[in-house]
Amino acid sequence: MATENVKKAPVDLSKDVQKDDSQLMQKEMIGGNFDKLAAAADDPDMKVVYTFVPGNLNELVQCFDVTGNYPEINALQSAMRKKTGPYIMEAERFGQDEDVCTYVKADLGMMRKGNIGPSGKKIADPDLLLLSYTGCFTFMKWFEALRHEYNCDTTMLHVPYQGDGEITQNMREYVVKQLKEDIIPALERTSGVKFDIDRLRENLGESAKAEDRLVDVLQTAKNKPSPIDSYFGGIYYVGPSFSAFRGTPECTAYYQALWEEVNARLEAGLGPVTPEGTMEKERYRLVVEGPPNYTHMREFWKMFYDEGAVVVASSYTKVGGVYEDGFRHDPNNPLESLADYCLGCYTNLNLPARTKMLEDYINDYEADGLLINSIKSCNSFSAGQLLMMNEIEKRTGKPAAFVETDLVDPRYFSASNVKNRLESYFQMIEQKRTSSAA
Amino acid sequence: MKTEEIIQRCEALYEDLNFTSAREWKAAEPGRHVIGFLPIYIPRELIHAAGMLPLGIYGGGDQMEVIQGDAFYQSYICRIPRSTIELALTGKLDFVDGMLFPSICDVIRNLSGVWKLTQPDTYVRYVDVPQNYEKEVGGKFYIQEMRELMDGLEKISGREITDDQLRESIVVYNKNRELINELYHQRAKTPWNIPVTEVYLLMRAGQVLPVEDHNQMLSDYLTSVDQVQRPKRDNTKIILNGMFCEQPPLNLVRSIELAGCYVVDDDFILVNRWLRENVKESGDPLENLSDAFLEHSTRTSATYEPDESKKGSQLVEAVQKTGAQGVIFAAPSFCDPALLERPMLQDVLDQNNIPNIAFKYAENTGQMQPIREQAGTFADSIKLWS
Repeated sequence: MATENVKKAPVDLSKDVQKDDSQLMQKEMIGGNFDKLAAAADDPDMKVVYTFVPGNLNELVQCFDVTGNYPEINALQSAMRKKTGPYIMEAERFGQDEDVCTYVKADLGMMRKGNIGPSGKKIADPDLLLLSYTGCFTFMKWFEALRHEYNCDTTMLHVPYQGDGEITQNMREYVVKQLKEDIIPALERTSGVKFDIDRLRENLGESAKAEDRLVDVLQTAKNKPSPIDSYFGGIYYVGPSFSAFRGTPECTAYYQALWEEVNARLEAGLGPVTPEGTMEKERYRLVVEGPPNYTHMREFWKMFYDEGAVVVASSYTKVGGVYEDGFRHDPNNPLESLADYCLGCYTNLNLPARTKMLEDYINDYEADGLLINSIKSCNSFSAGQLLMMNEIEKRTGKPAAFVETDLVDPRYFSASNVKNRLESYFQMIEQKRTSSAA
Repeated sequence: MKTEEIIQRCEALYEDLNFTSAREWKAAEPGRHVIGFLPIYIPRELIHAAGMLPLGIYGGGDQMEVIQGDAFYQSYICRIPRSTIELALTGKLDFVDGMLFPSICDVIRNLSGVWKLTQPDTYVRYVDVPQNYEKEVGGKFYIQEMRELMDGLEKISGREITDDQLRESIVVYNKNRELINELYHQRAKTPWNIPVTEVYLLMRAGQVLPVEDHNQMLSDYLTSVDQVQRPKRDNTKIILNGMFCEQPPLNLVRSIELAGCYVVDDDFILVNRWLRENVKESGDPLENLSDAFLEHSTRTSATYEPDESKKGSQLVEAVQKTGAQGVIFAAPSFCDPALLERPMLQDVLDQNNIPNIAFKYAENTGQMQPIREQAGTFADSIKLWS
């Protein structure tokens, strides 16, 4: 390792972590939604819609006074609380194969064990499964599996893949027609509330404001030092936008508060907040491709901040929407902009577009290189990543590295392997700097 | 032509990873083009109407050593993309003018991007088919997708595809469907006379031959096999499910039969049987292809079933129609579609008291003994206790 790196004493990972005000604000929001989902379990008048993060239609869902439940969020929240291991094994005991997505198995296992959510409260059964089939094949089978168990109403939005790297009018019209003819009628049927397009416009306007601030926050990482970590911290930053809150004034307020908090850090020249406080010295600036590991999140993050490594841009923070190129939900074109949003989510982009995005991140954020966290569970992300890595090395001349973990399956996190690879990678960056300087 | 000669030819085509017959077809006349496609379904009529040869690419099987392809994929991703890219990187697909990647799963979807990045001179298209089966919604989307695919083919050939040409192609593929349906019908009636390996090889031959030649081959086989009398054994009739993408080694298929199972239905090479009924031959050909897709598609794990009550119904119907006594789920390792679908189908089969077992394979699986033992035990248990 570099000589300036001084190893810190072991830290008790179980102690309380330091949190920003925005994190506490978000915690309350998420807790409030879990409370609603728990209340709905005892109140047949409260309707619950299960749906996914990528391509979520939260602005539309909010028009019908229903409560959104996001199985991926439940799985990752449960993983952070070390609950997913038994859930996954439960699902495997009931016939799910060891090879398939652990998000699915964590969700099915949780359901079989009483559907007790990460907050410890029961999550109401779905009144409607809203399958937004965007960027991930597994979503389709996941909700078929849930429907098989719950036998409830299901509606599906098929979002075509950007195979040629562009959104065509045919794709857009197809999505809009499905919204009009399938999704909206299903939500009306479930909720008993008639669709009001003005209400949707209002929600979309709120989304656009929140999206402006989210982009501002993520782009502060172009500064040196970066006041944020766009991967480990970024996961928190995108939380409200990617889940049950986008399109609400509450969400807009969250992003305004977050922006003020981050801007203050920027003006003070501070680095990102880590669970152990502000990162003092930024030594490596990385771009990260792929989802994180949630079962050992803090241990994983610590491997970075202990070495002064900050993630300045990540693809994972784009799975629930890509906004940096100017896309915003648009109240003037409500259904079309919902379609474009769904079509533009990161995993719905083809490999050349994803590669170009990461290449641009390395250049625009002046990163030292690319790190790929390849997730065993997620073929949508993972298939093709090795080629992307080679391409980016070739195009940028910056070193790239590859680690393998899983989203929510604790069996696939090997701390020593990941740490060894990261240490080698940081050495590689140092060598590259030395050879560039010579 | 005798049955043995036909099957010998099929076997030679199956083993030829240089695709010599397709190369010869292309070289026979100037201006000919070959369009490769991956499983599971593409409307081959469009390629045929463009005067091109649709070439099914089903990975490298158990004959090819994958060296470069392994550098493209992590250990937890199935084998077909790595052996397919190996075919390209070793020059075995250097005569192919375009590659189509159907919407079957995330791995094949992303393979289209791998192709775009590594084979920049080849026409590459991801072929999205609708998961919405309403004519005004999914149908319109699909027709436009087919038009865009035709535009791409026309740019390669330099000539327009006319409606008449499309209608002619529909006729010839309808004939192909009829012959294959007849083959499956005969096999279900007399499975001892039409071994599973022969059905498999005949289906594979259709992926590399011009459809007219394949039609002749099927016709010849049906005539010749009618004259053959093979011994009828006390085997159990089963259906194979899950082998629609990454292919099982031929020995694996053979082992199942040797273990005491007569295969009376399967999901091999589904592009041949995707449309369960013929496409209308008069009128707007794209609309007819679209209608056939919306109304007569095979339900597989790569498709969304909008109606829970119909989940698995085609499989149950197949059991009833063929008189199968059980179902063997055989899926490639790491195959998300097949493995995620399997528990739901097993549940439906259990509700209908249809015995079933499951195992996994890879295209290069070499050890057949465990599979033979599993299939044999399954067959025996049905005979003894069902």
